[in-house]
Amino acid sequence: MEITEIAVVGGGPAGLSASIEAARAGAKVVLIDENARPGGQLFKQIHKFFGSKEHYSGIRGYDIGRRLLNEAEECGARVLLNTAVYGIFDGNVLGLVSENRSSFLKAENIILATGASENPLAFPGWTLPGVMGAGAAQTMINVWRVLPGNRALIVGSGNVGLIVAYQILQAGASVAAIVEAAPRIGGYGVHAAKIRRMGIPILVSHTVKEAFGDGKVEGATIVQLDEEWKPIPGTESTMEVDLICVAVGLEPRSELAWLAGCDFAYIPQLGGLTPIHDENMETSVPGLFVAGDVAGVEEASTAMEEGRLAGIAAARDLGYMDGGKFEKMKLDINQRLRALRSGPFGSPRFEAKQRLLGMGRR
Amino acid sequence: MRILDHPILGRLEGGKKVRIEVDGKDIEAFEGEPIASALVAAGIRAFRKTAKRDEPRGIYCAIGLCTDCVMVVDGVPNVRTCITPVKDGMKIKTQVGRGEYSWK
Amino acid sequence: MKAGVAFTGVPSKEELKNAPGIPSRERLEKGPVAVVECFQVIPCNPCMSACPFGAISMKEFPSLPHLDGEKCIGCGLCIPACPGLAIFVIDKTCSHSEALISFPYEFLPIPEVGMEVDAVNRNGEVVTRGKVVRIKNDRRNDHTVVVTISVPKEWADEVRFISMKSIKG
Repeated sequence: MEITEIAVVGGGPAGLSASIEAARAGAKVVLIDENARPGGQLFKQIHKFFGSKEHYSGIRGYDIGRRLLNEAEECGARVLLNTAVYGIFDGNVLGLVSENRSSFLKAENIILATGASENPLAFPGWTLPGVMGAGAAQTMINVWRVLPGNRALIVGSGNVGLIVAYQILQAGASVAAIVEAAPRIGGYGVHAAKIRRMGIPILVSHTVKEAFGDGKVEGATIVQLDEEWKPIPGTESTMEVDLICVAVGLEPRSELAWLAGCDFAYIPQLGGLTPIHDENMETSVPGLFVAGDVAGVEEASTAMEEGRLAGIAAARDLGYMDGGKFEKMKLDINQRLRALRSGPFGSPRFEAKQRLLGMGRR
Repeated sequence: MRILDHPILGRLEGGKKVRIEVDGKDIEAFEGEPIASALVAAGIRAFRKTAKRDEPRGIYCAIGLCTDCVMVVDGVPNVRTCITPVKDGMKIKTQVGRGEYSWK
Repeated sequence: MKAGVAFTGVPSKEELKNAPGIPSRERLEKGPVAVVECFQVIPCNPCMSACPFGAISMKEFPSLPHLDGEKCIGCGLCIPACPGLAIFVIDKTCSHSEALISFPYEFLPIPEVGMEVDAVNRNGEVVTRGKVVRIKNDRRNDHTVVVTISVPKEWADEVRFISMKSIKG
């Protein structure tokens, strides 16, 4: 059985950042990702990021992904690709499977950076080919470079729904409408404004009633909702679409944390059931850390910062960083996280994270 | 349909072309792209049929989490086509139900 | 239905009046100037660092960007810098009857100078015809093209984009 010092599960922005910081501090790091190439969701993000200079603002997501990959390679972390972590056992042992061969990896500290998964939305016809997660459509157009359809209905107006609608237009397909069940748009006004300038309607208090077609999506019916979110009879309208992108939120992909026996809390603002962690990103299971969307669904920029924090905390725990340096880096990271979690969109996440941290301290 | 030109990503380079067989039909693919990508590019949207009601299923999450896209690849069922790279000469079949393993 | 960018994606008259990134009516009449249509506080500030004249500022990070009409010369360097594609440059003085609208553009096909286009407002409605007078596709702008169109002056406060249909074909 292979033994290492820090195992990082998941090579997205959080996992890459954690690996870089831990390896720079001097620890032996193994980064594991089930895909052929790490980078997580970063390679799908072809839009320019917000934030400030330290958050790579104005740079497109895939460029940030490339930079992180280069840094991870340079700093000496060992990267295992096409390798899934299927289990976590007593004694901090991970069960790995790659090309139908299994193995085990023992680590002194483990950082889970497994990201999040898209929420499904069940409605009549939702199983028809052509109904997919908005993130799936994004993967297909920006990474695979294939069109999942020619005319889309987007369900959900959070940043994912708004951004994917825009990117579907960039890919050369059309968008019939965005429907949002809540009475207001969930994502940034600037994202919504871009879509409106293109003449795409954003219908709040509306949702998809059903999808129909012969073996695949050929059309959809939408309906208006009243103040209690109930469909108003007679307000149905039908549209011809061959693609329905469901963008109704993400939840932490936390199966390994469950298997390990971590304590969880239900925090809706962070996506639902979230593993409780302390201010060093350590869960209730000693030696098990979390970072990124698995620790609460936020953004790529917060994922990078949490990854850095988990990386230095895990390294410090093994004696690879002196207290002074650790506290200084932690302070800088927390300041940047505080800035990212501000304003009307960020503050609810800050409060949610505070609640999660509060539970960890008990 | 492949996106040949894109305002941000530029012209599609693609890479080495390979041939794979899907339900007996030859399809062109780019080496290393996910199987599902080659299928969608060829206009195929249904990847399998469900066990109880024989209904078509396609792609849902595209990142290997939901298993909606599984097909039989070179005789092995339940292969997640969205994260499995294409290899020249691969034989892919629409999966019916839960698929069958042969332990030879 | 409520008005405003959080309900429709289109700013209300109030939001347009109160945004610190939008210069005064007087300044708009004087010459080319940037219009930063940013109405919600997001942690974000590349617009500030893009301006070589210090015309865009923020009280603290984060807050809404403030445009100083005296410092701004309407050079347009800020247009491709905004990740939200929310910055425009309006020039009401280019001629007696026309105004120039510069906006960010990230689609194909890229319009060509001289093309006649349908100009749209923030709702995506075609309100007038325009003509493409300048295309800036600098590599440093990382695929954000800046398109400048001329439109009848009375539409300068409304036009913010073009109809894609009118340039395909």
